Amino acid sequence: MKKKKYFSRGVIFLLCLIFSVAFLLPTVLTITNSFMSESEITSNYGMVFSTTSGGYVSKQVNLKFIPDKVTFSQYLSGLVRSPEYLLKFWNSVILVVPIVLLQLVVASVTAYSFTRWQSKFRSSVFFFYVILMLMPYQVTLVPNYLVSEWLGILNTRWSIILPGIFAPFSVFLLTKFMRRIPYSLIEAAKIDGAGEWQIFTKICLPQCRAALYSIAILVFIDYWNMVEQPLILLEDAESQPLSVFLSNITAGEIGLAFAMAAVYMVPTLLLFLHGEEYLVEGIAANGGSVKG
Amino acid sequence: MKKVTKEQKRLRRHDFLSGLAFLSPSLIGVGVFFVVPFCVVVYYSLIDGVSTKNFVGLDNFVKLFNNSAFILAAKNTLHFSLIAVPLAVILALALAVMLEARIPMKSYFRSFFLSPMMVPVASVVLIWQVLFNYNGTINEFLLLFGQDKIDWLQSDSAQIVVMILFLWKNLGYNMILFMSALSNIPAYLLEVADVEGAGEIYKFFNIKLRYLSPTVLFVTILSLINSFKVFREVYLLSGDYPYEVLYMLQHFMNNTFKSLDYQKLSAAAVVMALVLVVVIWILFRLEDWFGRDIEG
Repeated sequence: MKKKKYFSRGVIFLLCLIFSVAFLLPTVLTITNSFMSESEITSNYGMVFSTTSGGYVSKQVNLKFIPDKVTFSQYLSGLVRSPEYLLKFWNSVILVVPIVLLQLVVASVTAYSFTRWQSKFRSSVFFFYVILMLMPYQVTLVPNYLVSEWLGILNTRWSIILPGIFAPFSVFLLTKFMRRIPYSLIEAAKIDGAGEWQIFTKICLPQCRAALYSIAILVFIDYWNMVEQPLILLEDAESQPLSVFLSNITAGEIGLAFAMAAVYMVPTLLLFLHGEEYLVEGIAANGGSVKG
Repeated sequence: MKKVTKEQKRLRRHDFLSGLAFLSPSLIGVGVFFVVPFCVVVYYSLIDGVSTKNFVGLDNFVKLFNNSAFILAAKNTLHFSLIAVPLAVILALALAVMLEARIPMKSYFRSFFLSPMMVPVASVVLIWQVLFNYNGTINEFLLLFGQDKIDWLQSDSAQIVVMILFLWKNLGYNMILFMSALSNIPAYLLEVADVEGAGEIYKFFNIKLRYLSPTVLFVTILSLINSFKVFREVYLLSGDYPYEVLYMLQHFMNNTFKSLDYQKLSAAAVVMALVLVVVIWILFRLEDWFGRDIEG
């Protein structure tokens, strides 16, 4: 019996190892390839991206993990020699940060309302939010475009930021989470004479810290990678975020693309390292832990 | 009839007002940015042109359903979501159950499985092109085993490539959701089952899965949303007009948007919205039914 158990654990461990390799591969590739010179990249992947820059191109695609010679030239040309990438990076920041912060503010107030007062009206509104959340961007695209036109914010950042603030995704997640807070806790605060705002800020929000952090990570990642919205709502090439700019990198600059993708990964990486526990806890936390 | 005192009335009104105060910022925002313009979209779907404004009933919808590009896109999207979403749920659950076993390096595995979330779309696409190119790594691998090369992105296998990408990206997060749900199952129930001599499989299907049903619904909804977002990657992999099986509803919308055919676009948006409402309604009912005898 015991032997059998160890055997199955071994199999599971092995499976996890194999999965890990598969899951990590693209991340590792992005990072290691960012340290290759352009000519090495060309010789490895020339077949795929049909570069015109000349030089040796191998017949097969070589997936290489370790660069022949580690070089920072891609980073140097991307970050130091031309300010373009830094500018685009900044564009991403000023688009995404307001969306994440304000979406969380609006969502937490709304989620509180959904949790605290339950009625037929509210549950239909909530159901409506779920539907809205599920609508792919291409459905909300036309409405989005129309409003931006009416408000005269087309081609400005606001055409992306404002709808982003009211996106119902985090409302849904937060409501799910807040509903786990025992109602007795709110009831008790009420009996003690706390107002709604006090209950919200002093009791509800502190319970949701982990959830807020995990939702912030999710929303951040989603908007950090946006491609469709800026393409349609921002005609101005100057104000495009790096996510769009990266996908437009031409064939001759694949190495640069890897390096800049690695740079682009840094904020998410930091959020992850700092908040993975929150990410897990934010989802895992249940009402029971409140009493502890 | 129950008598409502003045005090109760006052309290109720106070409750109603503060409830409204908390809800209104979002209601206003959603109203302005989504509901009102969507009503306009519905209106557009019923008229013959933005300038002429003649009411034409369901003409636009009839035209839409006779549009071969729309039908193709709808079919492909349905096909993709019907396979990819259940896979994303089942595989993630399997991973979560696997990580429940007492194995070393558990928290590392968890982080590894989550890592795809960090990789920017642009570099994912670069790597996918390297892997699935005709002369790419996967084909070389196939050659090693004496298989024929497949032109992945230009054949019927293209959806498989995108599915792998989708699963790679989303399994980790779904897994985390399941892991936390699994750890929330009351331990005493499982202990009782152990004492009664229930096997692992019995425990899984009759206890764990029951408790997981809200999470299954949640993960399904999340995966459904993400399955629509996969357009981003498809678009970067193969552009406006990809190989037939990759032509998604979102391609259709984007291409129609370029020609600014508001009527076609609006009708398609309305149809998509309606279909999704039905799907979500079914999912909600299913969850109610499945988790009926479990509280919380």
